[in-house]
Amino acid sequence: MQRMVIQRILIGLVTLWVVSVLVFVMTSLLPGDVAQIVLGQSATPESLAAYRAERGLDQPLIFQYFGWLGNMLTGDLGTSKAGGASISSLISGRLGNTMYLAAVVAIISVPLSVGLGLLAAMYPGTWIDKSLTFGTLALISVPEFFIATFMVLIFAVNLGWLPAIARVAEEDTFWEMARGIAMPLLVLVIVVAAQMIRMTRAGILNVMNAPYIEMAILKGVRRNRIILRHAFFNTIGPIVNVIALNLAYLVSGVVIVETIFAYPGLAKLMIDGVQTRDLPLVQATAMIFCGTYVILIILADVAAILANPRLRNPK
Amino acid sequence: MAELFEIDNLQIAFRKEDGTPVQIVKGVSFNVKAGQVVALSTISMATMAYCRPGLHFPGGEVRLHGKDVLAMEPQDQRAIRGNKVAYLAQSAAATFNPAITIGEQVTEAAVLHGTLSQEEANIRAVELYRALELPDPDRLGHRYPHQVSGGQLQRLMAAMALVSKPDLLVLDEPTTALDVTTQIEVLKAFKKVIQEEGSAAIYVTHDLAVVAQVADHIVVLYSGEVQEQGPVEQIINNPKHPYTKRLMAAVKPTPTAGMGDTADQKHDRDVPNIEVKDMTAGYGGIVNGKPAITVLRDINVKIKNSHVVGVIGESGCGKSTLARVMAGLLPAAKGEVFLDGKKLEADLKHRSQEELQKIQFVYQMADTALNPRQLIGDILGRPLEFYRGIKGKERREEVAKLLRLVELPVEFESRFPSELSGGQKQRVNMARALAANPEIMLCDEVTSALDSIVSSNVIKLLKKLRDQTGVSFVFISHDLSTVGSFADEIVVLYAGRVVEQGPVDEVLAPPYHPYTRLLISSVPELRVGWLEDTMQKREMAAGIARGVEITDTGCPFYNRCPIAIDGTCDKEIAPTREPTPEHYISCHRTMEEINEIEQNPQQILHGFEKAAPDGDKAAKPV
Repeated sequence: MQRMVIQRILIGLVTLWVVSVLVFVMTSLLPGDVAQIVLGQSATPESLAAYRAERGLDQPLIFQYFGWLGNMLTGDLGTSKAGGASISSLISGRLGNTMYLAAVVAIISVPLSVGLGLLAAMYPGTWIDKSLTFGTLALISVPEFFIATFMVLIFAVNLGWLPAIARVAEEDTFWEMARGIAMPLLVLVIVVAAQMIRMTRAGILNVMNAPYIEMAILKGVRRNRIILRHAFFNTIGPIVNVIALNLAYLVSGVVIVETIFAYPGLAKLMIDGVQTRDLPLVQATAMIFCGTYVILIILADVAAILANPRLRNPK
Repeated sequence: MAELFEIDNLQIAFRKEDGTPVQIVKGVSFNVKAGQVVALSTISMATMAYCRPGLHFPGGEVRLHGKDVLAMEPQDQRAIRGNKVAYLAQSAAATFNPAITIGEQVTEAAVLHGTLSQEEANIRAVELYRALELPDPDRLGHRYPHQVSGGQLQRLMAAMALVSKPDLLVLDEPTTALDVTTQIEVLKAFKKVIQEEGSAAIYVTHDLAVVAQVADHIVVLYSGEVQEQGPVEQIINNPKHPYTKRLMAAVKPTPTAGMGDTADQKHDRDVPNIEVKDMTAGYGGIVNGKPAITVLRDINVKIKNSHVVGVIGESGCGKSTLARVMAGLLPAAKGEVFLDGKKLEADLKHRSQEELQKIQFVYQMADTALNPRQLIGDILGRPLEFYRGIKGKERREEVAKLLRLVELPVEFESRFPSELSGGQKQRVNMARALAANPEIMLCDEVTSALDSIVSSNVIKLLKKLRDQTGVSFVFISHDLSTVGSFADEIVVLYAGRVVEQGPVDEVLAPPYHPYTRLLISSVPELRVGWLEDTMQKREMAAGIARGVEITDTGCPFYNRCPIAIDGTCDKEIAPTREPTPEHYISCHRTMEEINEIEQNPQQILHGFEKAAPDGDKAAKPV
């Protein structure tokens, strides 16, 4: 089992490295010359060359890559090419905001959707199950920007209950913060929960046909206990993976939601970076997104391995 | 004395898709007294007042202690299940939840019903493990189902059923899927524990030989009606009803020479149809021609055209691996496979389509081998198209021909596998292989999951196919009687080695390899008291108490052999002897010695008075 866990981690590290190459190469392929953008149209060829030499932009791409990778590994994310601030300082506040939003969404959506999924599985074919199945299907089919815009229209424009722009600040009280993130939170919970509910329900019902479930029925076990104790433990693997994918989506795929609500998160920062051709910023944010993704998938794999008694307790 | 359990004019039915009800059980009545073991077939579920989805009870009563359980509220039914009435299923491997420890599953019913506290239940469970002669009873409860052997799980299921001291046990074919040697061990444990606990039991099986060992009273059911019932001696010794007689006739005979019919010579050719030479195979990475886990060692098998080679041995001995090597699913680590004298690539990926077409595999579980979402017509039509390019109208005709060949109605082409019975599915499974027009069919335990009458019909069909199409068979089974009735040659595998091989009539007649002897003695006979008699024999004393050990040195059967020679059999590879041409036995004993030992059945030669280490069959390193 340890070998399997270590193997997963090693595969994760290799994936991260491949991702770093891709991120670097692709950002390098973006059109536009940074020196030109920073120094402006009036820059002389000499000052452009000097700027490139100073930043190492005249080196072959492969040297640039290893220099960049080395800096990343030592925690130096570089300086923003637009504005000259250190990227670490740009990111730290934004990362905190995104993580805060993601964490709250995760804390609410994971128990909620696993619970609702179990509930639907406990009473299949009843109105509870039918409304959950229909509701989640409807929500999966609607794109999040539509939900977000729709909610702005209702809660901010028509009812005026919540601010249209999600804004958080250090000095906010808990209530103000809650109000601030309420709408992006709600949109994200709806988007990620729908899939998790459906997977939990499908996973449990799939196991419910197993002979050991029939045996539990014949032992006189209550249906609720059958689902929670007998079926759920055999479904953890696939459920955890869906949870991990959805959580990773929270960190990276929130771009749209952050943009619509102008929420000062990492995704918004990345969009700004792309708009200003700020390559080091784009590279750093891209690496954070990919890294989170890979780490969550590794965690899900490890959790699935740990949940499998065959792997946990070899013969 | 009041009846413990009565079934009164019980009916069970299901609804077809168009809504028409179909009766499965058409008014069955019988009673069970306390402490009595009643054997019958097919209506086990009703006694639990539980219906598989899709079934329902249109009429009749099922009374436990005089109360009708079918009319009870669901919560009252639940209070009975696992408490007053307990159920043992056919496959323990599927019945135990893989994610929960054995201890929790065994004690769950008693604790949930409030009959015992968790501590009391744990103590009771350990007592039961002891009574069932399970190894390491004190720590067994902490293990997970995958950590114990199949035979142990089957006995653990008995512990699970007995933990809350039920009044009635329902055993649904609990030994059908087991090896003969394991079956004896489980039967012995069941019988002992039922007697000690004093529970009444309904033992559902199609195997009259097994029934004769465990039951007091027999109820014979056929097409949903009681055909005959009475005390066990009466039914076994003096059956009245024709169906009972058919069941008796389908009991597998003790394997003996001359029981089968061998192939005629009309399909013979100079070269063997398929040949395996000096083959070693296993799983894991291969270093110097040796895999990480060796499953088969130095195997040589030749199969002539239109001949049947039976491969026999206990589960885990490498039977299926042999078939997988022939099919190219598992490339051998060493050795070669020849098809019609031409060397085959070890790996299926490098074989030509024609070679693939000639070797077809028939899997044990038709349920899982047939795609549940495809119509029978498509399942059979696909290989026709793929291998033989038959399309359209011609394809339909060919599918109909195949269905007729396996004796199924042509209308089945528009049905799904789930609409067929187990025997019918197995026929479709074989028709699927035949669709490719093969030369060799690798049949892996194709009759093991079927009841005796259906299985003997399938064997009849296989014989017909052999004679009509000239196809050869590799027939893998743990059932020596079935193999003996069908094969031309037998290969006896033990722990990955061939211990005996040769023409069927030679293998099933003395001199026997000691392991062949054990297998033959383990086939239940249709005789009351057979189990007790057999347990006295030396083969059983030696062979049942101990499990398979895979060794690199010496004879693999050494630790279970009643006539092993200490210092020789555990050290040296056994020489291969040839008592008659093409009949090989690998044993240190000479044929004269073996014949002499056969004359003195009571003599114990290999010190089995010394206790077997825990009787632990879990230590199967396979």
